[in-house]
Amino acid sequence: MARLKDVCRHVRSKNAGPFWVTFDLFFDGPENFRRYHAHPALGPDLFHRLFGADPALVRHYPVPSLNMVKISHARTSPQGGVVERDMHCGQQYVRLLDIELT
Amino acid sequence: MLDGPIKILVPTGSLGAGAREEEVRYGISRGAHAIATDAGSTDSGAAYLALGISKNNRGSVKRDLTILMREAAKAGIPLIVGSSGQAGGDRNVDWTRDIVLEVAGELGLKPRIALLYCEQEKAALKRYNAAGKIRPLPPLGALEDATIDDCDHIVAVMGAEPYIAALAAGADIVLGGRTTDTAVLASYALLKGAPAGPAWHAAKIAECGGQCAVNRLEGAGALISIGPDGFEVEPLSLSNRCSPESVSAHMLYENSNPFLLVEPGGVLDVTGADYAQRDERTVTVSGSVWKPQPYTMKLEGAGSRRFQTIMLIGIQDPVVLARVDEFHDKMLAALHDRVHKTIGPAAGDFHISLRLYGWNAVTGDRPPPGTAPPREVGVLFVATADSQEMASQIAKACNPYFFHFPIVMDEELPSYGFAFSPADIDRGPVYEFLLNHVIEVDDPMELVRTVWIDLSQGEAA
Repeated sequence: MARLKDVCRHVRSKNAGPFWVTFDLFFDGPENFRRYHAHPALGPDLFHRLFGADPALVRHYPVPSLNMVKISHARTSPQGGVVERDMHCGQQYVRLLDIELT
Repeated sequence: MLDGPIKILVPTGSLGAGAREEEVRYGISRGAHAIATDAGSTDSGAAYLALGISKNNRGSVKRDLTILMREAAKAGIPLIVGSSGQAGGDRNVDWTRDIVLEVAGELGLKPRIALLYCEQEKAALKRYNAAGKIRPLPPLGALEDATIDDCDHIVAVMGAEPYIAALAAGADIVLGGRTTDTAVLASYALLKGAPAGPAWHAAKIAECGGQCAVNRLEGAGALISIGPDGFEVEPLSLSNRCSPESVSAHMLYENSNPFLLVEPGGVLDVTGADYAQRDERTVTVSGSVWKPQPYTMKLEGAGSRRFQTIMLIGIQDPVVLARVDEFHDKMLAALHDRVHKTIGPAAGDFHISLRLYGWNAVTGDRPPPGTAPPREVGVLFVATADSQEMASQIAKACNPYFFHFPIVMDEELPSYGFAFSPADIDRGPVYEFLLNHVIEVDDPMELVRTVWIDLSQGEAA
């Protein structure tokens, strides 16, 4: 059974303006990109479960030329709010690494 | 259009980050027609717009400006700076203007300086709102006038047009308020008649200077050359190189959609762009498309509605750490109870959070059962209330419980490690971005004010 970190060479997260966060999943090659970039385990429900995201505001953008998929979602609390823990969202990708792609 | 491509030297990802003299000289030796850089973004949070201050220290901005103003003047090319002073509000622009005037005096330069202001009056925005000219962007809803009132400062993010007008009028230095990074870098090429698709795409690729190169840590700047059929990009550091992957990957950066970039007067569409290695260090890009759209400017507004007081302790007690989630929950409940009993309803709609650094502070999620205890945690206490005084009172009420809360009730009270006295720190307002809306304008200059300082005439014009 593959976990995300086993099939990606790089995973990162970053704020995309104060109201959105974006995750970049760079797969380790075209084969794993094709096999996993649209995997249901990486769907809107995952971002709802982990980050409370509204599933209707989770967007997937595959970029085949880079063997990557960009996944963006609206933040539940805008950057810098009362409950802010990660202003740049730069650590949020870590929770994706062990997601199982069965 | 000039003969041949139009070359824009982007010295650094952001003014104050560290322009390098040798790189700037190299770019000018390659025939740069203008130097352009942004000086900020929303990235570092809302405080910089709300307070009108820069994230950078004055010295680092002055150092970069000294290099750029001297080399630009020597070469006789314009220097274009956008999002001045981090947030690009009027105060941020003025802070940058004062540094520019100081550097000009020290270098004996007499430039014509155009200042582009884009901060907005609340009353005017309410009129636009009433006229239905302000639209929300997801995830926010329709704009309430009360939200406009909650903002300390509001800017309308500029496009390229105010820069084009200032450059056409003969500015040697343009200092703009808040602007899209791309508009700052594209403006000179657009003025000279470069095709819009390549001009905007090149600007997006070079917005972070040398970050579009293979080695992101090597060098600071990039040179973009925009021609009729596309553009080329090379890093200013001779020991670095661009590759088709490093360049195309930059479209991903801090952007929710990797193919479309919405700008004030249109959309850059790079879906059909082709990236090819031209020589060892240079990538050539074709197929970028600009699609004009009705002119809109994004509004950014920052303000504070709540206040925080913080405290910090360190815990190495192995009994606590073996039951750290239980400890968190029990302490949090006890702190709430303490506030209710000692302050009561006067505490208002307060909020307390405990963030366990060394365990789960960055996300707040609960580690899976069986996760080994940490050697130590730092616990950050954050009280939020409607006034600084109340946040401070809540922290003081919680103080003895926060420093001595036991996990085992029948033993002597523990004391956790705290480093400061007094232990509670008033952190100040919680600054937030309150707007995510666009405003429709008939004229790109409608919300922009241009002020000239012509040092060649010896005084402000």
